[in-house]
Amino acid sequence: MSVKDYVTVRVGGQLFGLEALSVQDIFYPRNITPVPLAASEILGVLNLRGRIVTAVCARKRLSVPERGPGDPEPKAVGIEIGGDNYGLVVDHVEEVVKLDSDHMISPPNNLPSRWAEIIQGVFRLPGELLVVFDAKRLLTSEVGLVGAVA
Amino acid sequence: MDDLISDFLTEANESLEIVDAELVNFEAKPEDRAALDKIFRLVHSIKGTSGFLGLPRLEAVAHAGETLLGRFRDGKLAVSSDAVTLVLRSIDTIKAILDGLAASGSEPAGDDSGLIGELEAMSEDAPAGLAEEVVAAPVEEPRVLRPGEVSMEDLEAAFAAAEGPSFDFGDEPAPVESAQIELAQPEPVQTAQVAEASGEEGGPAATNQSIRVGVEVLEDMMTLVSELVLTRNQLLQLNRSRTDDAFVPPLQRLSTITGELQDSVMKTRMQPIGAAWKKLPRLVRDLSKELGKKIDLVMDGETTELDRQVLEQIRDPLTHMVRNSADHGLETPEQRRAAGKSDVGTIRLAAFHEGGSIVIRVQDDGRGLDTARIREKAIEKGLVSRTDAEALTDAQVHRLVFSPGFSTAAAVTNVSGRGVGMDVVRSNIEQIGGQIELNSTAGQGSGVTIKIPLTLAIVSALIVGAGGERFAVPQGYVVELIKVDGEDTEHRIETIEHIRMVRLREELVPLIDLSAELGRTARRPATFVMVMQVGQHRFGVIVDEVIDTEEIVVKPLAAALRNISVFSGATILGDGSVVLIVDPNGLTERAGEIPASAQKAIDEAAAWGEAEGLERKSLLVVRVGEGQPKAVELSKVTRLEHADASRIERNGHRASLQYRGRLMTVLTVDESQMLRSSGVQPLLVFTGALYSMALAVDEIVDVVDAQLKIELTATRPGLLGVAVVDGKATDILDIDHFMLLALAEQARSDDPANSSVDTREAA
Repeated sequence: MSVKDYVTVRVGGQLFGLEALSVQDIFYPRNITPVPLAASEILGVLNLRGRIVTAVCARKRLSVPERGPGDPEPKAVGIEIGGDNYGLVVDHVEEVVKLDSDHMISPPNNLPSRWAEIIQGVFRLPGELLVVFDAKRLLTSEVGLVGAVA
Repeated sequence: MDDLISDFLTEANESLEIVDAELVNFEAKPEDRAALDKIFRLVHSIKGTSGFLGLPRLEAVAHAGETLLGRFRDGKLAVSSDAVTLVLRSIDTIKAILDGLAASGSEPAGDDSGLIGELEAMSEDAPAGLAEEVVAAPVEEPRVLRPGEVSMEDLEAAFAAAEGPSFDFGDEPAPVESAQIELAQPEPVQTAQVAEASGEEGGPAATNQSIRVGVEVLEDMMTLVSELVLTRNQLLQLNRSRTDDAFVPPLQRLSTITGELQDSVMKTRMQPIGAAWKKLPRLVRDLSKELGKKIDLVMDGETTELDRQVLEQIRDPLTHMVRNSADHGLETPEQRRAAGKSDVGTIRLAAFHEGGSIVIRVQDDGRGLDTARIREKAIEKGLVSRTDAEALTDAQVHRLVFSPGFSTAAAVTNVSGRGVGMDVVRSNIEQIGGQIELNSTAGQGSGVTIKIPLTLAIVSALIVGAGGERFAVPQGYVVELIKVDGEDTEHRIETIEHIRMVRLREELVPLIDLSAELGRTARRPATFVMVMQVGQHRFGVIVDEVIDTEEIVVKPLAAALRNISVFSGATILGDGSVVLIVDPNGLTERAGEIPASAQKAIDEAAAWGEAEGLERKSLLVVRVGEGQPKAVELSKVTRLEHADASRIERNGHRASLQYRGRLMTVLTVDESQMLRSSGVQPLLVFTGALYSMALAVDEIVDVVDAQLKIELTATRPGLLGVAVVDGKATDILDIDHFMLLALAEQARSDDPANSSVDTREAA
């Protein structure tokens, strides 16, 4: 038994989870300064209480179609990796759930291949799957970022 | 004092404090194994280090103490208060020796044989287990000698005692040799301070002089201060738009204190450059043996301080440069004698502060760069074509050694020539915003000068707009700002070999369009050009607007963005928004190399400008008052105006004129001169990078072509001197002086339209 807390977020209808211990804060990603020449999923940098946060668009990272004009304002999940602050921009932040990591299963084969490298595993929740991100690979993985330089 | 020794002192004194406390603890609770282990470890490490440093007295005492502690540990000896007292006494002796060491830099003389004897006796006594009574007697008897209480007999005894185990501690020569090497870099100040301080109280001097603070704590402090600086900037900016004066004094005070705090914290990060030079004497000594050359290393300015982060970055380049000088620069004694020089070659290392930078120079008195060989090598390596190479000047050839993959050593030696050459040195230096320059005189030597910022944490930057966004550009790289839009500008953009260039005085400067480089659309036509100097490259960067200058705190970009070489970091501006910091090095890389043909045009233009130092210039001759005529270089004058005198607004000493939608300052040439109150006032209009000014004259006389040879130097501000123009002695006006005056005037006026600042003056 090793129960962990997961913050659940929704991106393009799918439920994703992030280890709660890695999540520092939840905020609205506003006043983003775009970074020219950066990978397309990087929305830019912003000032969060004096820290510079790099905003990464989860939709673009997952190749999910972009948000429509009528969609509610997205939120960002603040995560620190190797001393750098990132904000993963998602559609919704839902709740914190306690799950036994022993019950995590490996991702099913029918997941898009682009997801495979950035996913730790999957929980079967009643009615739907919770896909747990590997935050580090999701935010800093070279494969996804360098390949997409505009 | 040797740094090793002073480090050891700090460490040992700290350890001893712990040992003291733990021993007392341990005495109370003899079953506390952990405490004993800790004490044992600390004493052991003091013993080990003192042996390593060649401090036999310390080592002997520590060894005896350790042996006794070992008995406790093995359970061979019961822990008695006498035994602990004895151990404590040995600790006291060690402290006394350390104090003496701190004061004089060497181990004080003294006899510890009594104490050691007791310690040994106690250890020997081990199996008995009940040591209390047995040991009681010897404890009383010999007093531990303090340094300073040493008699001749004791000295003799000490020598005798030290003789025996000498093979054990290593025989003096090793430490003596290292001491000699250290002597090459005298540090008398530190020793004197320590001696003075310890002389007063006799207390543990080394612990009082400095405390060791984790680098993390310092980094945290730096971050916090940086935040504070940003907040202060924010407040100052807010206050600028207020009319309320009440906030001004406390804000000013806050601003000053913040500045001072920033300086102090910055100082904690400063280290003398000598720290990066420590290994060089040894390196040079080894090199001279290996290469069969006689080399004298002279070091100057090792106390010059710079940020430890910068220090780390230049350590390797420095080593490489010294190595290069020894290997390539200096000749063998035979060659030197043949050239009429002394056998011993000199490598001179110098460091000093210059403005906000530190300049480091590595100079040798060797053969100088071999221009012909470098040229051949460059052709061989395919760096330049033969035709291009032949057209290059010596200075341009020298520049080739900075090209990637260049190495001139005829044979790959152990010393240098491993393919990692000056290009790596250059990129290391440029990475931290530094500049590197080569100089060489055939037969007399060559040298490298590097200029690096004192700190990387806070820089003053120019905030510019390009492609609809703002960017920060470190001001150190910006040589000049020129305005290129409009019909009235002297700077025209030309296109040579598809490269856009701007003519700046006699120089052609290639241009990079910042917006285009960043994949954005630029506003047309180009408006401002920042002339930048990166190493030996001079180029212009086209930006849409120049917004402000600001002190910025450089923050690194997240890993996901570090592959973008055009940006070196980001910063938070006074208004809270984030802007990216442009890295001029990355920009040149991205913009690519300038084709040789275009480079040739640039160099020709430069050479022409140099050769024609005394070319004929067009001078505008004017009359002001009754004295001799005055003149100014026509090229500096933007326009001649005849303004309606009634339109000139006067306010006390100041005069200004609404001119093209802005308020332009009007100055007079000298104080006695009166502006006309009616009719037409002739004005000379001058345009700087960001502002204009007008100089009032009585009459515009003529334009004359003349050699501008200034005969007499200036007698008062505003005059460059006197030159003969058209057969008449003429005062040559110093326009820069008036531009500065106008700038000061505008800074005083509160008109926000005039608040822009010319960075050259502000820097």
